[in-house]
Amino acid sequence: MSASSHRIWKYGDDVNTDVIFPGKYTYTVSHDPAELARHALEDLDPEFAADVRPGDVIVAGRNWGNGSSREQAVTCLAHAGVRAVIASSFARIYYRNAINNGLLAIACPEIVSVVSAGDILEIDMENAKLLWDGRQFAFPPLPTQVRKILDAGGIIPYLQAKHS
Amino acid sequence: MAMTATEKHLARASGNGVVKPGDVVVIEPDVVLSHDNSAAIAQLFEQLPHQRIRYPERLAITLDHAVPPPSPRHARNHQAVRRFVREHGIRNFYEVGRGICHQVLCEEGLVGPGMTLLGADSHSTHFGWLGAFSAGIGRSEVAALWATGELWLRVPETIRITLSGQLKTGVSSKDLTLHLIGRLSSEGANYKAVEFDGYGLTSLTLDSRAVLTNMMAEMGAKNAWIAPDDIIWGWLEQVMRRTRARDYQDRLAYFRDNVLYADADADYAEHHQLDLGRMEPMLSCPHAVDNVLPLSEVGETPIDLGFIGTCTNGRLEDIAAAAEVLRGQKVRARLLVIPASSMVLRDASEAGYIATLIDAGATVGTPGCGPCMGNHMGVLAPGEVCISSANRNFRGRMGEPDAQIYLANPAVVAASCVAGYIVHPADLL
Repeated sequence: MSASSHRIWKYGDDVNTDVIFPGKYTYTVSHDPAELARHALEDLDPEFAADVRPGDVIVAGRNWGNGSSREQAVTCLAHAGVRAVIASSFARIYYRNAINNGLLAIACPEIVSVVSAGDILEIDMENAKLLWDGRQFAFPPLPTQVRKILDAGGIIPYLQAKHS
Repeated sequence: MAMTATEKHLARASGNGVVKPGDVVVIEPDVVLSHDNSAAIAQLFEQLPHQRIRYPERLAITLDHAVPPPSPRHARNHQAVRRFVREHGIRNFYEVGRGICHQVLCEEGLVGPGMTLLGADSHSTHFGWLGAFSAGIGRSEVAALWATGELWLRVPETIRITLSGQLKTGVSSKDLTLHLIGRLSSEGANYKAVEFDGYGLTSLTLDSRAVLTNMMAEMGAKNAWIAPDDIIWGWLEQVMRRTRARDYQDRLAYFRDNVLYADADADYAEHHQLDLGRMEPMLSCPHAVDNVLPLSEVGETPIDLGFIGTCTNGRLEDIAAAAEVLRGQKVRARLLVIPASSMVLRDASEAGYIATLIDAGATVGTPGCGPCMGNHMGVLAPGEVCISSANRNFRGRMGEPDAQIYLANPAVVAASCVAGYIVHPADLL
């Protein structure tokens, strides 16, 4: 399978879940994907929600997604069309939430320092590599169990398939 | 093989004799916590083919994040939670006004020494103050837990923090906690457990211990843990006499049989030592919890609002500390006090603290999370500055990205409201 190409949005260290998806929107029933996507990164980058295109990726520094356990901080990006978040490191609950909602989360500190916003990178899942400007960046392949959940599209579809 | 307390909890909850860091284990937690987010979790649960909750008696649901509901949408959310609770026969359900999940589940004796809890709330690290294993997870995982009763976890490496000495007057466990987070950073314990020990613990008062385990979430910790001592056993007995008079003795006996301690020769990934006597009042500055400075190094900073409350610092001792500062004073900045539970409000009322706060010009709100995550009841306007006893000061956390939030201990919040700028009570003229 060939690698897929993605446009980069670039952010810094310690981006927390409050700026990814503000708490004031969290406790109402609506899960309308368009509404969730509209608030994505609202307090970090007001241009993101308007300009993001399906297939884009986010590249960020250390500790992406620290703070609240709110899952909308993952689903708002997925609904906005984000293919993957690539970061130097992830906060633990965010990482679990990403896998459980089928959003690819890749820890690869080496690529973070070299790429810029607007660049194009390629993701080669089969070989666990990122490609940019002719260079290759390996990332740790996901454990089998985790890959199964991700490939199913998240823990809910995974359990649906397992049960049927 | 020697194990840390965290490893022992995960070994037992997974049915393994021994576990070590890096193992992936499947555990069956004793308690699964959720709150206002239960309606959203129910929607996920309903997509699953299981239909029945595997262990309805293990669920604990509290309405606390937006109470009383500030909008029709929030009210509909609560309505959906109540419908779910009725349909599935969830007994451990706590209504609007009872208080914050982490406080209420302790007061009700639902969580105690040796138990395991997974919760759809990042401050689920809280319960380690009673000697339990507890960790935060996301909504989809809670839906999966409701359906199957089990979930995979990676056994974390453990950071050991040994406390010696005694806190000076005017310094609280909040200051100690902020010091730690400033020193080890907001990812200092990411994916790891934090266990506290040492003689310094014995000098930490009851309510102040929960601040430590609660705020380890701000260091990225999976869980945090303190060995239960006589102060904890005494409190459990006393509080359960009030909340579950019928079976409190059985419950206490169960906790005593269930308690787990770290082995003396357990392996730790890191070991830090802290002399409590060297701690001083600290301030976490906008817009990151680990942006910590000694209060003495912060210049005169005018404030618009002080907030005392939350699962971190909304207990009786916190309100007592505020009342002591405010006795006979008037606040220049607005002060909002939201007790962590109805029991805290009742006790603070009976002790006369609430009257003192009101006489000083404070506003007292319904027990719950209040404006902590920007839902309602005291959110900030653009440009406003708040000093808060809560746990997070991220940009936009209290509703407005252009507002600024400082975090401090409750006595500093109260003194700052009297002065109109950030100040320690000892420097209040």
